Amino acid sequence: MKPINEISSVLTPLDRKNVDTDQIISKEFLKRIERTGFGKYLFYHWRFHPDGTPNEEFVLNDPRFQQSEILVAQENFGCGSSREHAPWAILDYGFRVVIAPSYADIFYNNCVKNGILPIRLQEAEVTALLEKGKQAPYRLDVDLRQQTVTAEDGASYSFDIDPYWKEMLLNGWDEISLTIQYDSYIQAYEEKMQQAQ
Amino acid sequence: MAKTIIEKIWEQHIVFEEPGKPDLLYIDLHLLHEVTSPQAFEGLRLNGRKVRRPDLCFATMDHNVPTRNRSVIKDPISRKQIKTLQENCDEFGVPLAGINHPDQGIVHVIGPELGLTQPGKTIVCGDSHTSTHGAFGALAFGIGTSEVEHVLSTQTLWQSKPKTMEIRIDGELGFGVSAKDIILAIISTYGVDMGTGHIIEYTGEAIRNLSMEERMTICNMSIEAGARAGLVSPDETTVEYLRGRRNVPEGEAFEREAKRWLALATDEGASYDVSHTIHADDISPFVTWGTNPSMGSGIAERVPTAADYDKQEDRDALRQALAYMQLEEGAPLSSIAIQHVFIGSCTNARLSDLRAAGEIVKGRTVHPAVTAIVVPGSETVKRAAEAEGLDAVFLQAGFEWRETGCSMCLAMNEDAVPAGERCASTSNRNFEGRQGAGSMTHLVSPVMAAAAAIEGHLTDVRNYMKEPVPQA
Repeated sequence: MKPINEISSVLTPLDRKNVDTDQIISKEFLKRIERTGFGKYLFYHWRFHPDGTPNEEFVLNDPRFQQSEILVAQENFGCGSSREHAPWAILDYGFRVVIAPSYADIFYNNCVKNGILPIRLQEAEVTALLEKGKQAPYRLDVDLRQQTVTAEDGASYSFDIDPYWKEMLLNGWDEISLTIQYDSYIQAYEEKMQQAQ
Repeated sequence: MAKTIIEKIWEQHIVFEEPGKPDLLYIDLHLLHEVTSPQAFEGLRLNGRKVRRPDLCFATMDHNVPTRNRSVIKDPISRKQIKTLQENCDEFGVPLAGINHPDQGIVHVIGPELGLTQPGKTIVCGDSHTSTHGAFGALAFGIGTSEVEHVLSTQTLWQSKPKTMEIRIDGELGFGVSAKDIILAIISTYGVDMGTGHIIEYTGEAIRNLSMEERMTICNMSIEAGARAGLVSPDETTVEYLRGRRNVPEGEAFEREAKRWLALATDEGASYDVSHTIHADDISPFVTWGTNPSMGSGIAERVPTAADYDKQEDRDALRQALAYMQLEEGAPLSSIAIQHVFIGSCTNARLSDLRAAGEIVKGRTVHPAVTAIVVPGSETVKRAAEAEGLDAVFLQAGFEWRETGCSMCLAMNEDAVPAGERCASTSNRNFEGRQGAGSMTHLVSPVMAAAAAIEGHLTDVRNYMKEPVPQA
C-alpha cells in the first residue's frame, strides 16, 4: 500500500453520526471482484438522485470540496458490514484521511490496511472542525509522524494511534510479508497443538 | 486467578506476543463466501502465495445466490463472482459447499450445523455477522478482505487485546418475547456503539435458558452493538447441540472434548471491564422505527418525538431517520402499514425460527396488500422444515417458500424491497436502502414478522398466542 505521512487539504464536512458501510458503498457495487474503481460509487445514494443526477445538497457534490483528501464525520463512523469495499471506495475517490470521534472496529482495521489514516479526535474538536469546514473551505495539515492536525487558523490538535499501525502506515508495508517472518513461531504453535490432541 | 472465557481463549491462541505490538493470534476456522474473498485469492496469486491450511477453511455461496431458480443467475457480474469462488476453491484446495451442494446455506447457519463451530475456537470470516458463532463459546469475529488474505496465507491475525463486557439478563422472559427482542432491547438501551473495542459475554438466567439457536440470534447482532464479538460460555445445552454432528469427535473422544469445552466457561468471580444488567421482564416484543438498530421500542409504544432527546445531535438523527422512514413523530408503532415480510437471514432463519413463525401463520392468511417470503437459512434447514410440513403451512397462508441464501437481508441478489415500500424483516440491519434503494425496514422477531404479514401492519404478536396457564 501507499505510505502516508503528511497530508494538506481542505476538509470535507460530513456532519452525521453512525455513518454505516451500507451508505459508504451500497450492496449493488459489491459484486465486482477487483479492488479498484469503487470511488465513483462512494455514498452513491446520498450523492445521486434515483434518476442518476447529482444531489446538489450533498457535501461531496459541493465544488469547494472537489480536491479534498480529508473526510470529517461524527461518531461511530463505518459501522455495520465488514466490507472492505468501503475503504476501497473512500481511497479510490481521493480521501487519504478520515477524522471522527470514533470508528467501528472492523472499519478502522480495514482503513489502516489500505493506507487510509483514521484519526480519532475529541467530540468537541470534531464539532469545531465540522462547523468551520461548513462555513468556508478550511485547510488542515495532518502529520502522522508528529500525530498532529494543524488548521489554517492555527488551531492544533494531537491524536493517538497504535505504534504498530503508525509504522505500517508510514512505511506502506505489506502486513503479510511482515508476518511471514514469524513463520517459525506459527510452526511451533501448530506442532504444540498437534501434540496436545 | 479467575478468568473470563474471553481471556482463556485469547491466551490459548497467542502465537507471538511482544510489548507495544498487537498479539499474533492463531485462527482455528476460516469461513469464506463469494463477496469478500475474490480480491484476497487474487492477492495470493499475485504474490505467489499458497493457502497455509486449506483444511481449516470452509467456503460457501450465500450473499449473491438466487432464491427462486437456482440455475438462472441473470446478472453477469453476480454470475462471475460465484464462478470465481468455485475456481478459487478448486485452485487452492479449499472445501466448498457450492450453489447446488446439499450443505449450502448462509455461512453462519451452516458452520454450527456441520459441527465446524465449536467452543474455544477462534473463528473468522469476511462478514461482520461472524459473531453468531460466539453462541458456542467461540471467539468469532468479522474481518475485512485484507485480513482474509492474511489468514489464508498465515492462519494468523495481529489483534490488539479487546476489553471485556458482561451483559447479564436476569430473570425469565415474558410471554411472547423472543431472543431477537432481547438483543434489540439491549441495543436500544445502550446504543449502536456501546461495544466498540469490546467483546461481550452474555450471562444470566435468561441466557442460560435459551436454546443454541436463540443464543445464535443474540450473538449474531453483537456487531449491531458495535462489539468485536459476542459470546456465551458453553454449558450442557452447547454440548448436547454438538453431540453427533459431523466434524465433531465421537464416543470417548467427544466426552473428553466436552469436558474441555465446559472448563472454558468464565470462572466464578472473574471480572469484566464493563458490566450491564437488564431484567428480562422489562423486555417486550420489539420493533425498530428508524435507520439503525438502536432506534427501536416495544410494540405498544410510539415513535419518539424530538422532545424525548436532550442533545441536538440526537434530535438531528431522529429527524433524518423519520424523514427517510416517512414516519411522523409520536405515531403508534402498531399503526405502521407494511407491504413486505421477510423471514430469513443469519439472524433468524433456523428451524426453530421457522417453527415459531409457522405456529402463528398456521390456518391464517397473509394480508392481500402484503408480499411475504420465507428464505430458510440453509439447505439442511429447508429439508428439515419440509419434512415436518412447514413449507405447506407457509404456502397455504400465502407466503412464498424460497431457496436458501442471504436474500432480502441485504438485497444483493434479486430479492429487493421496492423504493417507498416497507418491510417487517427478521434480519439484522435497518440502514437506509439496506433491503433495496429507498426501501424502509422494521426489524422484528420471526413471530412478530408472521403476525405483521397477517395483519398488514406492525402488531403485537401476543394477541395471536395463547398465554400458558401458570402451574398451581
